Amino acid sequence: MNNRLTELFKKKDQEVLNIYFTAGFPKLEDTVRIAEALEKAGADILEIGMPYSDPLADGPTIQQSGQVALNNGMSIRKLFEQLEGVREKVSIPICLMGYINPVLQYGMDNFLKKASELGVDGLILPDLPMDEYEELYKQKFEEYSLSNVFLVTPQTSNERLKRIDALSDGFIYVVSTNSTTGNETKSTEDNTAYFERIKSAGLKNPTLIGFNIKDNSTFLNASKFANGAIIGSAFIKAIEGQENLEEVIDGFVKKVRG
Amino acid sequence: MNYSVDDKGYYGKFGGAYIPEMLHPNVEELVENYLKIMAEPDFQEEFRALLKDYVGRPTPLYFAKRLSEKYNTKVYLKREDLNHTGAHKVNNTIGQILVAKRLGKKRIIAETGAGQHGVATATACALMGLQCIVYMGEVDIERQKPNVERMKLLGAEVRPATSGSKTLKDATNEAIRDWINNPVDTHYIIGSVVGPHPYPDMVARFQAVISEEIRWQLKEHEGTEEPDYVIACVGGGSNAAGAFYHFLDSENVKLIASEAAGFGVDSGKTAATTALGTEGVIHGSRTLLMQTEDGQIVEPHSISAGLDYPGIGPIHAHLFDSKRAEFFSITDDDAYASGVQLCRLEGIIPALESSHALAVLDKKQFKPDDIVVINLSGRGDKDLQTYIARGGY
Ligand SMILES: Cc1ncc(COP(=O)(O)O)c(C=O)c1O
Repeated sequence: MNNRLTELFKKKDQEVLNIYFTAGFPKLEDTVRIAEALEKAGADILEIGMPYSDPLADGPTIQQSGQVALNNGMSIRKLFEQLEGVREKVSIPICLMGYINPVLQYGMDNFLKKASELGVDGLILPDLPMDEYEELYKQKFEEYSLSNVFLVTPQTSNERLKRIDALSDGFIYVVSTNSTTGNETKSTEDNTAYFERIKSAGLKNPTLIGFNIKDNSTFLNASKFANGAIIGSAFIKAIEGQENLEEVIDGFVKKVRG
Repeated sequence: MNYSVDDKGYYGKFGGAYIPEMLHPNVEELVENYLKIMAEPDFQEEFRALLKDYVGRPTPLYFAKRLSEKYNTKVYLKREDLNHTGAHKVNNTIGQILVAKRLGKKRIIAETGAGQHGVATATACALMGLQCIVYMGEVDIERQKPNVERMKLLGAEVRPATSGSKTLKDATNEAIRDWINNPVDTHYIIGSVVGPHPYPDMVARFQAVISEEIRWQLKEHEGTEEPDYVIACVGGGSNAAGAFYHFLDSENVKLIASEAAGFGVDSGKTAATTALGTEGVIHGSRTLLMQTEDGQIVEPHSISAGLDYPGIGPIHAHLFDSKRAEFFSITDDDAYASGVQLCRLEGIIPALESSHALAVLDKKQFKPDDIVVINLSGRGDKDLQTYIARGGY
């Protein structure tokens, strides 16, 4: 089975739009419905958040969506149930994003096996250390054709960037500023020099810029320096409290694309 | 068995640095510098001088005569309650602020539960003229009011943590998020032997002064440096790590840790981590923690804000796992009763955290000639509101 992320970037290397949403939010059974609507509306990659009680890298918007999802009864087991048969409905790449503790509790081996069987293409586990990944899990990821997506930040040295590039095979997640997700106060910072540094680093992997990408102008600007961008908090805000998800999602994606 | 941290930051299978990339440069900077800085003669000189002249060390090792009579054994109290600011926490904040200064940091953040670590951090910042922001759970702000005002009086800003159980775990989350958002000029003074490597080791080394003193003080009292038992309470476990540190390799010294059982281990309102916990990752460290089957962290409960934490430091997970330390779970009621008893028998009002260590005297039979050192980690002034609310004394 080919990895859909790799296939996607072979065909498309500009303005790739990855949308994050929290599994089980706003309602428990919305997960696959949102995935389908996003594909229809024109998203290129889905990043499905596995809610966690203590999401250290997330700001209030994603924290709260996770809390709602947990209160709704979301769990890894539940999510895997929901994703049963998802590949008959959704064909774009799917990444699961979450924190290491629930995954370890599920069991890394079982988790990778199950995710791969369901048609997941990549994992984003921000608090999985690089050394542990390389030593303990890399082989398993490869065995199951799952990409492990690493984050880089303005503080990531060029040397470390090279190592991350060598260990990655899907794409590299370029965190736009030093911040938790959805931190509005950081959106005015000028990141051009940092983005230029990443762009000219000669990476073998595609890059997507995320954190504080929220609309057409931030998406297009990010796409100048990377293969595309990731939207999270802004999308969560857009669907919060909405009944007619398909319409809202279609409108959101069209607006971002411009 | 080795009880020190290895060069990858692990105690046995516990520890490590499970942190998002955003924190990597800060943590890496510490890993590369903390031992070097701590070994510098001028650092040691400044640290030791402040502990002596400012904190008031050494703290007494006090033979508690009436308590000893009651339990028919020899009980010594290590009087960390007599430190400036009223708890052991200041040993660590003085150490870390000197590290932060040498790293050129301008802004200090901290989490606090009981408020003791927050007060100790605010104190160190006032002393060094650095900006100080303390994250504290909304619930703790309510139950530890005097400490909130002390922090403000000392010039710190207290920011409420409003997520989750609104206690220590959530305050720690907020402090970590602050650090992610301020990676260059800020040092995070963690208040216990928790968090990513090198924090557990760094904090243990700063608190190790407790057992260093116990050794020579006990020699003066008893002609031996080594007691039969050392007992300390464990929230994250910094006072326990400090009290155990220089005895870890002395196999004749039995180590006892007491954790908070809250309403009881099986009550659903507890912080008894080793009794109920399983392996996982909390606040960047692989350790034992209370969690659901789905790996969601369980909200803890304890009468004492300082023990109201769903994990323990990796060193203690290792001491538990290797059976080097024996763990007791002490209920709110038992801790409270032991606290009141110390007031009456020895004229010392203990912190409710420390009362959990005292309560071990009722749980375990000691021999008449056993030497039992209990680390009295802090004083009870901050807990007056809780003492008053419970009453019955
Ligand atoms: C007096 C006292 N003892 C103990 C603790 C628990 O912390 P640790 O387990 O790190 O010693 C606290 C924490 O606030 C405290 O104030």
